[in-house]
Amino acid sequence: MPLLSVRDLTVEFPTRRGVLRALDRVSFDIEAGEVLGVVGESGAGKSLTGAAIIGLLEPPGRIAGGEILLDARRIDNLPYEAMRHIRGRQIGTIFQDPLTTLNPLYSIGRQLVETMQTHLRLTDAEARKRAIGWLEEVGIPAAAQRIDAYPHEFSGGMRQRVVVALALCAEPRLVIADEPTTALDVSVQAQIITLLKRLTRDHGTAVMLVTHDMGVIAETADRVAVMYAGRVVEIGPVVEVIKHPAHPYTEGLMGSIPSLEHRVERLRQIDGAMPRLNAIPPGCAFNPRCPKVFDRCRVERPELLDAGVTRAACWLHADRAAARSERATHA
Amino acid sequence: MPEAPLNTPSVTDAPMLEAVGVTHYFDVSKPWLQRVISREHRQSLRAVDDVSFAIPRGTTLALVGESGCGKSTIARLAVGLYAPSAGEIRFEGQPLSAVRAQPELRRRMNMIFQDPYASLNPRWQVRDIVAEPIRAFGIIRSRREIADRVAALLTQVGLAPSDGEKYPHEFSGGQRQRISIARALSSEPEFLVCDEPTSALDVSVQAQILNLMRDLQLRLGLTYLFISHNLAVVRHMSDRLGVMYLGRIVEIGPAETIFRTPRHPYTRLLLDAIPDLELIGRSRTPVGGEVPSPIAPPPGCPFHPRCPLANARCRNEKPHHTREGDVLVACHAVEEGRTSG
Repeated sequence: MPLLSVRDLTVEFPTRRGVLRALDRVSFDIEAGEVLGVVGESGAGKSLTGAAIIGLLEPPGRIAGGEILLDARRIDNLPYEAMRHIRGRQIGTIFQDPLTTLNPLYSIGRQLVETMQTHLRLTDAEARKRAIGWLEEVGIPAAAQRIDAYPHEFSGGMRQRVVVALALCAEPRLVIADEPTTALDVSVQAQIITLLKRLTRDHGTAVMLVTHDMGVIAETADRVAVMYAGRVVEIGPVVEVIKHPAHPYTEGLMGSIPSLEHRVERLRQIDGAMPRLNAIPPGCAFNPRCPKVFDRCRVERPELLDAGVTRAACWLHADRAAARSERATHA
Repeated sequence: MPEAPLNTPSVTDAPMLEAVGVTHYFDVSKPWLQRVISREHRQSLRAVDDVSFAIPRGTTLALVGESGCGKSTIARLAVGLYAPSAGEIRFEGQPLSAVRAQPELRRRMNMIFQDPYASLNPRWQVRDIVAEPIRAFGIIRSRREIADRVAALLTQVGLAPSDGEKYPHEFSGGQRQRISIARALSSEPEFLVCDEPTSALDVSVQAQILNLMRDLQLRLGLTYLFISHNLAVVRHMSDRLGVMYLGRIVEIGPAETIFRTPRHPYTRLLLDAIPDLELIGRSRTPVGGEVPSPIAPPPGCPFHPRCPLANARCRNEKPHHTREGDVLVACHAVEEGRTSG
């Protein structure tokens, strides 16, 4: 049974000019201890998926359909207080900018202690001892002295380490990391990724890693979900999605990333841009930009279909999927 | 190197742009009264420290480094938005200050900025944005011809001539960057400074813009100074590469050579730190530490606190550039042959 299961999640924003559908029947699972990468371009709905899971959608955005299950229990319809206990205790979060995550008026020790005491039964002394332990674990030098320092006294990389400690200190089973390294320099990014990988492995924490950086996903994730215009277009093991993408969008996306290993004369480019939410074309949302488009793509929206090792929302794989299900019924 | 003669128009053998020992300070002192009360001295930040490079005509020099290494300051120095505190920048052999005084030379350089949301005036129509350099330099005077030129420029960067009627907010990030490029090209420049032109864009859009910039370079024979923090983008774009750390160029040479055999420990660190698609699921031990503050840079080699090869000499003595093949490297360990491999 998966730890987190998202089923046909639909998020809508009612506006004066009509309802915008920002997430359209998004489905995926995360197993315990697994790292699921979620990639896509800006506006594809990656961050929104994370916000919907932790129940922090900005009004007027609302979940208009589908369900979110944590340990087979629905969490998308919980009252505010009940959800507050799940955030932090069951699901930790790491956001892009460490400065806005940390409260500038409290010392980092106080923020860690408060988080732990909210969710775990700990005395002040125990909580403080654990806080020092966490700071040591995330690699803050001289943790026992630094615990009473304030966020502004730390550098960007050190702050993000504190944020990682805050996300993990109540020992959640799932961490949602939304662009955790985007604001950092590459050498610091490498440190934070290594740290996140090590800690989540040691504590058996599952991670939903939201990022636009395919390189970060390649290095960190077990499986990856590719999003486009509010839909999951492909999901599968990271090696397969990168090396043998089954969806034309994923293929174009991989080809447009400049590589460090070899230089090409021209990068592959996908012409055009992702549609705005008020102008998503009928059928497959990618069809106006797709080099392999045919009639069916323009009228009928593809669900995630079996495409070999991965699953892709593309009619190119309809025959294969049909053949498989036929074989299954005959067997 | 012999001094290029001044006042010689179109010196063909002189590099397009040359920086000789350029240093730039920023005054970061507290206000006078506070300084007097707390008895502090003036403080300065050395953003660029003794930087030299040359960009031959029709080629691209890329500068990479992490935030605060001085790469954007160099971009501004190169087009004369800042005057260097020491050293000199020459454009086709002439000092930049002299070039800036002559509109007919000044129009031959232009700049593309990082953020296409901030660099276009939201209250101007695109055709006026693109036409501004044409009008400012008085290149074409007749309205009819300006309109034709703007239409041609928009077509050249992959937009429709009718897009000139619109305002910047009607465009996506990638299209706005195309407008920026059209504007930069409108004064018919030969030298373009591109300061992180794609770092605000998504990868698929980035690919479109990078391809466009390569096409324009081939077609118009442009010379680029390309500033970026993304080594993969730089590898795709550059002929020569300079790696910067805390205001200094630590390694400079032909891009392919540096990518194939990085010599400076910082270049190696950067190349190793970048997540790449080829390296699925690898684990590694990243170098610790962060870039120190440029207000109080460490003595000796600025990289020594993070360098795995640092010894006593590195902590005390600033390394000078030494030549290793085609590449200039500022590192004691490389000079002494202490690097392995």
